[in-house]
This record gives sequence, structure tokens and C-alpha cells, in this order.
Amino acid sequence: MAQFRLPKNSRIGKGRHFPAAKGARRTKTFRIYRFDPDSGENPRIDSYEVDLDQCGPMVLDAVVKIKNELDPTLTFRRSCREGICGSCAFNIDGTNTLACTKAIDDIKGDVKIYPLPHMPVIKDLVPDLTHFYAQYASIKPWIRTQSPAPPDKERLQSPEDRKRMDGLYECILCACCSTSCPSYWWNGDRYLGPAILLQAYRWLVDSRDEATGERLDDLEDPFRLYRCHTIMNCTRTCPKGLNPAKAIAEIKKMMLSRRSL
Amino acid sequence: MATDNRPLSPHLQVYRPQLTSVLSISHRISGIVLSAGSAIVVVWLLALAAGPETYGGLLEWLGHPVGLIFLAIWSFSLFYHLFNGIRHLLWDAGWLLDLRGAYASGWTVVALSLLVTAAIWGGLL
Repeated sequence: MAQFRLPKNSRIGKGRHFPAAKGARRTKTFRIYRFDPDSGENPRIDSYEVDLDQCGPMVLDAVVKIKNELDPTLTFRRSCREGICGSCAFNIDGTNTLACTKAIDDIKGDVKIYPLPHMPVIKDLVPDLTHFYAQYASIKPWIRTQSPAPPDKERLQSPEDRKRMDGLYECILCACCSTSCPSYWWNGDRYLGPAILLQAYRWLVDSRDEATGERLDDLEDPFRLYRCHTIMNCTRTCPKGLNPAKAIAEIKKMMLSRRSL
Repeated sequence: MATDNRPLSPHLQVYRPQLTSVLSISHRISGIVLSAGSAIVVVWLLALAAGPETYGGLLEWLGHPVGLIFLAIWSFSLFYHLFNGIRHLLWDAGWLLDLRGAYASGWTVVALSLLVTAAIWGGLL
């Protein structure tokens, strides 16, 4: 059942303010969600003034600068800094995206940064993705075959068949889409969410995979697939410009067409 | 490390309202308004059966500004739910499932619902 208010231990209090170094002329304030599991206190919002003349162009540059120069306790995930690893997915300026590909200049006013929405928070901007990954494992994201592999070569695919996976294989599983989805917020325990369903579709359309029927059987469930109500927050927020809503609709169409056969 | 007392990150509280989510929740709300409205239909039938005096009383009550506002919201809900329902059918058929399609059809549904509601009330008043 959907619970719209935050639980008591999750309500956000006021935090500290870190002013910019003296002489900074072009500053921007970053308001960042903080939670320290060791303190026993509720989450809070700390604000940091960053000198933009001394900072790279992306939100991640500012967050790294804050950790290096203002507050070393700030905790977040990051790795590739070029939109391919999916680690630095946060809720920035009200929508989910990758901090490394989001330009600071694109944000009006203060930059507000929260962890991905409606997730258990381990510390600061680090959500617990255990359940998300378990859901990914549940769709068996590997090639499943019955026929023996050709003895002298790989399982080949025509360029046309390969093309059907464009817009699917690029997904980096950053979880921006799933955590933007109200349906996933309210039913994430059983609904697989847009990211995992896009991955499921990626295996459904792979011409080399031979488990299409079983894959559809596994998804034929009021919650796993059909909690998608075409809200389209997923497509709206995907930092890679992919379209999970379309992938889910295609799965629903596959369900229908196999039933009428 | 204790994992059971982890806070839940904010969701509705911080997520920016946008056409996609606002139209979706409006579809549900308009559905609820339609259910409430169907109760009015029953009351209207009962009043009709009870005789001219009761019926006149109900009309007076509905003609009160509060009643009129409810009727206006009800009629808008009807058209919004209808047009957005058609939009959902198109989606289920696989059409308009990109951001451009979703936004163009979304604004079209809003404009059409307002227009038709205005036309109905313009004709009635």
C-alpha cells in the first residue's frame, strides 16, 4: 500500500552551512542530502557554496570539489565521470540523472541533490540497490538456449536482428528510471520497474535467445509487469535518452499477441 | 551494520512535477470524481421519482455556486478521462510512446477537454 509521507526516521532536518572561500566571485549553493548512520540522527540538508570559477562544468565536478575542499565526510558513488558506469545517479534539481553528465549551468538557482528517490539510504547519497540488483538477476539476464552451439563459430546474428537491440543494450542500470517511477515507489517490492523490464525486453528480442516463451511466462504477473501504467517518468528522466516505457509496452504487446495465437 | 533502520530517501517531496506524472495522477483523480458524480445521477433519479417538489429542491441545490462548481469539475473530468483514456489505448497499441508523442498528445488532451467542457457550458448557459 502506498505511503505518501516519509517515515519518522526519514524526515529531513536542517543541516550546516559551508560558505565559499574568501574572494570567490561567482558562487552557487549546493544543497545536499546528508545521512550519517553512526549518528542516530535524522537526515539533514547541508548547504555548500562553491566557487564556480574554480570548478569543472558538471554537477559531479562540484560534488567532488566539495568532498575535497569543504567537507571530506560527504559520501557518494562515482567512477567513470563520463556517463557510462551509472554510479553517480542522484536526484538533481528534481529529476534523476547522472551528476557527471548534468551541467551546473543548466540549473537555475540552488542545486538540490538527493539520493535516488524512495530507496533505503546507506549513507548520504548512497542508496541500497540490493533489491534492484536482485530483481535484475530474477529476469535471468543471460542468453538461454536449447540448441547446441555451432562447433566452429559463435551464434551469429544478422545486422537486422542486431539492430532490434539498439536503444536497449545501451542501458547502464543506473536506476534513474526505476526510482523516478511512482508505480515503483509504491510497489517496488513486487513490480520490476522500468530498468529491469527494459533489460527483460532486451533478452526477449535477442534473436539468439531461445527462452522467449519462458521469459514471457515469468513476466505474466499482475505486479512484475502490469504495474506499469504508462506514466512515462522513466523515459522523461533517462540520462542515456532511452525509452523504457516503449520497451514495456512492447512486452505487453508480445503478451497479447501470443495469447491470441 | 544495522540495515533495518535505514531512512527512506524522499520521493514525492522532492520529485519535480512534470506533464507525464501530473496527467497520470489526474487520470486517477478524474476517475474518482466520475464515481462521485455517478452518485449524483442516482440522487437525481431518486429526486425525480419522489415528485416535483423534491426534484425542484435538488435543482436549486445544484444551481447553487458550489453545486455548479462541482458540475463543472465533473464534466471536465468526464472529458479528460475520456480523451486521456483514448490516449492510453493508443499507447497500448504502441503509438505515441516517445517523449514528443507523450507531450504532444498530453497537451492535446488537456486542450480538448477544456474546449469541450467550455462548449458544453457555453451551450447550456
